Amino acid sequence: MPETKIRVLVAKPGLDGHDRGAKVIARALRDAGFEVIYTGLRQTPEMIAEAALQEDVQIVGLSVLSGAHMTLVPRILELLKKQGQESVKVMIGGIIPDEDRPKLEELGVAGIFGPGTSTTEVIEHFEGAVTPAPAEG
Amino acid sequence: MKLAERVRTGDRLALARLLTLIENNSPEGQDTLSELHALTGRAHRIGVTGAPGTGKSALVNRLTQHLRAQDDPPFVAIVAVDPTSPFTGGAILGDRIRMRDLSGDPGIFIRSMANRGALGGLAGTTSGVVDALDAAGFQWILIETVGTGQAEVDIAGAAHTVLVLGAPGMGDAVQTLKAGVLEISDILVVNKSDLPGAESAARALRAALELGPVDSEWMTPILLTSADNGDGIPELAAKISTHMEHLKKTGGREERDHARVVGEMERLLQQRLTDRFKAAQSDGDYERAIERVVDRELSPMRAIDELFQD
Repeated sequence: MPETKIRVLVAKPGLDGHDRGAKVIARALRDAGFEVIYTGLRQTPEMIAEAALQEDVQIVGLSVLSGAHMTLVPRILELLKKQGQESVKVMIGGIIPDEDRPKLEELGVAGIFGPGTSTTEVIEHFEGAVTPAPAEG
Repeated sequence: MKLAERVRTGDRLALARLLTLIENNSPEGQDTLSELHALTGRAHRIGVTGAPGTGKSALVNRLTQHLRAQDDPPFVAIVAVDPTSPFTGGAILGDRIRMRDLSGDPGIFIRSMANRGALGGLAGTTSGVVDALDAAGFQWILIETVGTGQAEVDIAGAAHTVLVLGAPGMGDAVQTLKAGVLEISDILVVNKSDLPGAESAARALRAALELGPVDSEWMTPILLTSADNGDGIPELAAKISTHMEHLKKTGGREERDHARVVGEMERLLQQRLTDRFKAAQSDGDYERAIERVVDRELSPMRAIDELFQD
């Protein structure tokens, strides 16, 4: 019997050391039936892209609180594309100023979640991003 | 190009994709694995098991670093298994946290697996995943089990060399080792040797080993290591190589490969027969039999007897 699971990489790029948000999300995704590969703190974009490849994940969830998202996120998107993983959905949680959102979305970020987002909302968005829309007719 | 061909020629994304197909029991994964089967059998498969918190991931990290720093280093793959939640079907796979030193090396491939409900310390598809990595050309394959207690001994059927880890300050854990996983160890490792009590833990294990049957050809060695500061890691790598040579000399390698194939065939056969039997029942017979057992009308054995009579 084929059995599929949604595989997600949860990573914290950059140098800030606050991983509580990432852990809360990892736990919530697990409880929703996802397989979550958790890599921990201080990951470089190269480390994240490499882990996304080896683990063949469908979603990469990044927690960024340091303000360095405009450097880190485009680099990760570029590396994923270079290794043939342009179909991987990249989601960001953390502190992302409103003025940066359009630029990130234009680059291909599939979801941005600020402080106060409920885990239910995150889970629904993640599920929706990798579930093909039902065929019409 | 076909998936098997891409995997064979070192395409890492194709390999990662194949591992997913195998984990999901998809027909494409099975077909590709069949095409690659002739290429398997070259890797040395090393199991790493032990109670939670004994430092399995950290040890795998150090050992792999050591192997890759040698002249003419082997290609190393790591398969790290963590438990699936029995309630939600989800899992948090956290072994990579301790393996960050290994990133950026194209001679290493790390894959995390959830056990998806299997109880023996591995996932049902771990052996297929290891076969794929073997066919892809990885020479050392380290298989890290879920944290184990006494009975999770599937690794003995999946590996050529089994490392069982203990750690000081885990008196009770050392006790439980005696009863279960101790018997499957080819090498016993007392990790965290930088902490007090390592020597006495090693002595307790030695005493426990001497109670068991003695293999005249291979005396299970007990090594002290610190995955934290690297002490004892070169000695551990050397001991694994010695065991590898020992297996080759004595025919133990063929024996273990044979036993592994027997186990895998039986597992697949059981699955196939169960599926076929259920499919051959008229609608609802099987479910009705279950209900009758639940209602105490029949014992489970009698219910099966009846199903076979029809």
